[in-house]
Amino acid sequence: MKTSKKLLALVLAAAMMVCMLAGCGSSASEAPASAAAADSAAGSAAPAASGDKVIKIGVFEPASGDNGAGGKQETLGIQYANQECPTVEIGGETYTVELDIVDNQSSTDKAPSAAQQLVNDGCSIVLGSYGSGVSIAASDIFKNGGVPAMGVTCTNPQVTEGNDHYFRICFLDPFQGTVLANYAYNTLGARKAYSLSKLGDDYSVGVCNYFDEAFKALGGEIVSDQFPDGNTDFTSYVSNAKSSACDVFFAPVSIEAAANIIDQVYAQGLTIPLLASDTWDSNVVAEAATGKDLSISVTTFYQEGANTAFDEGFKKWLNSDSTAMANNGGNDMIAAVSAMGYDAYYTALEALKAAGSPDPAAVMAALPGVTYTGVSGNIAFGENGDANRNSAIIKKVNCETGVWEFVSEATVE
Amino acid sequence: MKTIENKRGMLITAIIIVAFYLFVAISEPLAPSNWSMLFTVLKKGSIYALIAVSMNLLNGFTGLFSLGQAGFMLLGAYTYGILTIPVADRASVYQYFDGGVVQFALPMIVAVILAGLVAAFFAYLIGLPVLRLKSDYLAIATLGFAEIIRAVFQWNVLGPITNGSNLLRKFPYFTSTLSYLIVVGICVAAILLLINSSYGRAFKAIREDEVAAEAMGINLAKHKMLAFCISSFFAGIGGALLAMYQTSVQASIFKSAMTYEILLIVVIGGIGSISGSVIASFLYIACSEWWLRFLDNETILSTAGRTRFIVVMAVIFVALLAMMIFRIVKPKNKEKKRGRYITGGVVSAGVLVWLAIFAATGATKVPLLRNGFRMVVFSVIIMIIVLFFSQGLMGTKELPDLFRKRAKKAEKEAAK
Amino acid sequence: MSAVLPYLLSGISVGGQYALIAIGYTMVYGILRLINFAHGDVFMVAGVMMVYLSASLPLYISMPLVLILTVLIGFAIERVAYKPLRSAPRMSVMISAIGVSYLLQNLCAYITGGLAQQYPTVPGISNTVTIGNATTKVVTIVTPFLVIALVVALVLLINHTKIGMAMRAVAKDYDTAQLMGIKYNAVISATFVIGSFLAAVGSVLYFTNYTAVTYTSGAMPGLKAFVAAVFGGIGSIPGAVIGAFIIGISENIMKGLEAILGAMGLSVNVGLATFSDAVTFALLIIILVVKPTGLFGEKATEKV
Repeated sequence: MKTSKKLLALVLAAAMMVCMLAGCGSSASEAPASAAAADSAAGSAAPAASGDKVIKIGVFEPASGDNGAGGKQETLGIQYANQECPTVEIGGETYTVELDIVDNQSSTDKAPSAAQQLVNDGCSIVLGSYGSGVSIAASDIFKNGGVPAMGVTCTNPQVTEGNDHYFRICFLDPFQGTVLANYAYNTLGARKAYSLSKLGDDYSVGVCNYFDEAFKALGGEIVSDQFPDGNTDFTSYVSNAKSSACDVFFAPVSIEAAANIIDQVYAQGLTIPLLASDTWDSNVVAEAATGKDLSISVTTFYQEGANTAFDEGFKKWLNSDSTAMANNGGNDMIAAVSAMGYDAYYTALEALKAAGSPDPAAVMAALPGVTYTGVSGNIAFGENGDANRNSAIIKKVNCETGVWEFVSEATVE
Repeated sequence: MKTIENKRGMLITAIIIVAFYLFVAISEPLAPSNWSMLFTVLKKGSIYALIAVSMNLLNGFTGLFSLGQAGFMLLGAYTYGILTIPVADRASVYQYFDGGVVQFALPMIVAVILAGLVAAFFAYLIGLPVLRLKSDYLAIATLGFAEIIRAVFQWNVLGPITNGSNLLRKFPYFTSTLSYLIVVGICVAAILLLINSSYGRAFKAIREDEVAAEAMGINLAKHKMLAFCISSFFAGIGGALLAMYQTSVQASIFKSAMTYEILLIVVIGGIGSISGSVIASFLYIACSEWWLRFLDNETILSTAGRTRFIVVMAVIFVALLAMMIFRIVKPKNKEKKRGRYITGGVVSAGVLVWLAIFAATGATKVPLLRNGFRMVVFSVIIMIIVLFFSQGLMGTKELPDLFRKRAKKAEKEAAK
Repeated sequence: MSAVLPYLLSGISVGGQYALIAIGYTMVYGILRLINFAHGDVFMVAGVMMVYLSASLPLYISMPLVLILTVLIGFAIERVAYKPLRSAPRMSVMISAIGVSYLLQNLCAYITGGLAQQYPTVPGISNTVTIGNATTKVVTIVTPFLVIALVVALVLLINHTKIGMAMRAVAKDYDTAQLMGIKYNAVISATFVIGSFLAAVGSVLYFTNYTAVTYTSGAMPGLKAFVAAVFGGIGSIPGAVIGAFIIGISENIMKGLEAILGAMGLSVNVGLATFSDAVTFALLIIILVVKPTGLFGEKATEKV
């Protein structure tokens, strides 16, 4: 027992030493730990020459858990933007922007410590998160730390509501739900909709709720179900949609569930159109639908082709970086969340410039007045710190080629 | 075991605890902002400490193998959340349910105590049928109940009360770390008192041998129920504190994985050691959410930093490897412990090979480090502890026992 | 009846997949009295390996390779994580199982990057067929038959071979079995080999049906299969299989209960599908309270 205790103590001590060492190692070395950026920059001049001032932008995104896939794609956009523009001019001085990426594990109990890490590291502004629940759980950490946060694609109204420190550059669920309901009722001609959400997932339940409301207001009828966490067998839900003779299958759920739903809807021979929200806008969904005779439409933030310079640059970067490619799901299709991440980064830079100082309080004060024209459209913060977005893009999978195709840009009066 | 008076140990322990509280009380308002991580970890660590101790009371001291902790935490967290959201904010929290049906708010402390009571009440209801079950069957039945509770709380029909699948938020919470520590301290002290009372001795008797305990006149059903309800009471309070820590509650996090996490903490600390559970909680949270986080980031070192990194790592692991080889070649006493030295040797050799590759390629990017590596390393550490230190950090000892005079220890050993 | 048919079909298919996992649980529990929490993750690892191996190898090589590798993993887990703890308290072994489960999950999360991987299409069983008013994949139909065939083979093995006899002896009383010259460790290894093999077969069937493989894919099926094993009477192979079918069917009926009631003229709309998981646990608790050893469990002799 005694030797084992000593051994344990030794191992622990060694582990701690290593931790500290790695800690100072990365801070002492001037080239920042900005993940992929340095990969391509390793050969050429290191982005940060010694003596330069460093400013930190926190990236608060899930890289594991339910929303890991989406979080990674959103981070990719931020990383690409950082690689494209690694410095910022603040108050006449050039700062190197360092991304501080933490994984909130898509879980509200892991989110506070991840957020605290960003506050602790002295970030000037935080971007994220994909998934509204974690953003809400971390909100007060940012508030108490005095750090402003900018939601990239978290669409739940509660993220910014009543908060002065949380901003957001995307549209909101009530808007998205209404757009989807209009599309289902008017364009798809549906009169009875099947809406499926994930139990315990505030995002999908929220979108379904707004969709149901709007669809009923239009005169439609709703059949709704909720599936429990960890469920992969959707055949019974597909049967429910079939037996209740619905005209559209609405399921704004995570990408993992989406792949299974598509597969099983097809296997069960359900021919009604599938409709979903921004989460489904992913190459995983397009791939799963390839070769299947299905109609899948989603609302989203960005359509590939809207900005060729960004598209080409981003694809080139993905192809040159194997880690980034893997994080994008193995191909170079551009997810809307990546475009949003890209815009969020530049909006943050605008805020830093406007603040004239890396001080989080100054950035927070400057944010409401920041405007930026990004690849996904104009960003200007209005009420509650939400960007004034009045249009969403609707796109559809081409099941033969397996790519997303633009359908229309929808607005709500 | 505790028959020998250990005043010295008690005194040192008391000094350590007081010093710890004083340190937190003084440093928190004064500390610079880059200390904030420490306090966050202390908050969550203390909450987990309470929950781990409550689980230990059941699993370690009474020998009832229950896996329902997450369910009772959920009950506590929701009770607290539902009862304390200010009336003015209810409309925005219960946005899909027209403000919900609960239209009052209780003071924080009352709600925290109620959180415990509600959890204990449900434990009583659940305990009536399932406490008759033995060991693993009890475990799986309580696990099942936790899952059922989670489903019920997410049910849309109960939305006006529980807010369905949506978060509860905007309730008041403790801002200072000290408040968490005080609440947890009081609860853990209460559990300690209980364990050292006649009830505690009855619990231990049940753990050692149910049949014998019953023969001694201990009412099995009553004592089991008591332990179950008390454990759930504190798990409920822990849940309420967790809700405060997160500033929001969502039923979806209270999965069986959370119970397993707490069980791991209990085992790492030592089944049957209160101080073990407490220490293990802090270490567990600090490792998983703080110290190891750097492993998640791809790290690029400068040339100087790289050399230093390689040299220091090489020194540590060569020393470790040498020690292991020495132990394998010259076994000290028990042959049985060879396994751990061999494993230690293999692990350090592996790290050295990895380091050699890193050194040879001349890359400045530390290999393997990328998202997810933290959890891999963390689970390897857990496996090593579980396999080679199955007694846990403290075994069944408590903190004061560590400071026992060596002479006394030797005396005791001789007496055996 | 026609309203129930599609749910029954999916229930039987899901039940069959649970059954293959449940056998692994029940055999290990029967012999070691250990809830092998890592078993569901072995099943998931088999799926992940298939994704990676089939990317570079043809299916007729990768599939047997996956079966072999999974068996090796199961064997290795037992040797590394459980064997050293044979004399330790049962709780320690179970914690070790939880630790292995953690490790496998985190390792797969690291390798896959936490992203869902698309399982390869297996020719023949990935196609769809129509029966009555229900359309489904061939694998759905094949699963129950394959399960029954495998179980019959397994029962024959246990009842009529030497290793089977040794297994039964060890399960009954391992001290005495050891005294009788039975190689205890070999028997346990054999149990893990069989369990892992069935889990690998189960993973092929399961992921052909539900094509997204993630590092958490094993958790829920694992838990359900374990519930099925307890439900049927842990230690009993036919019990595990029947338990799995009951769990699978009741779960799917619950998902479609409102539609079924609707077809019968009862309109209920309170979101009963919410309880599709809860109903399995409720069934479990009821059976445990009524008959603590499960449907087919033998009455355990209390050793004092």
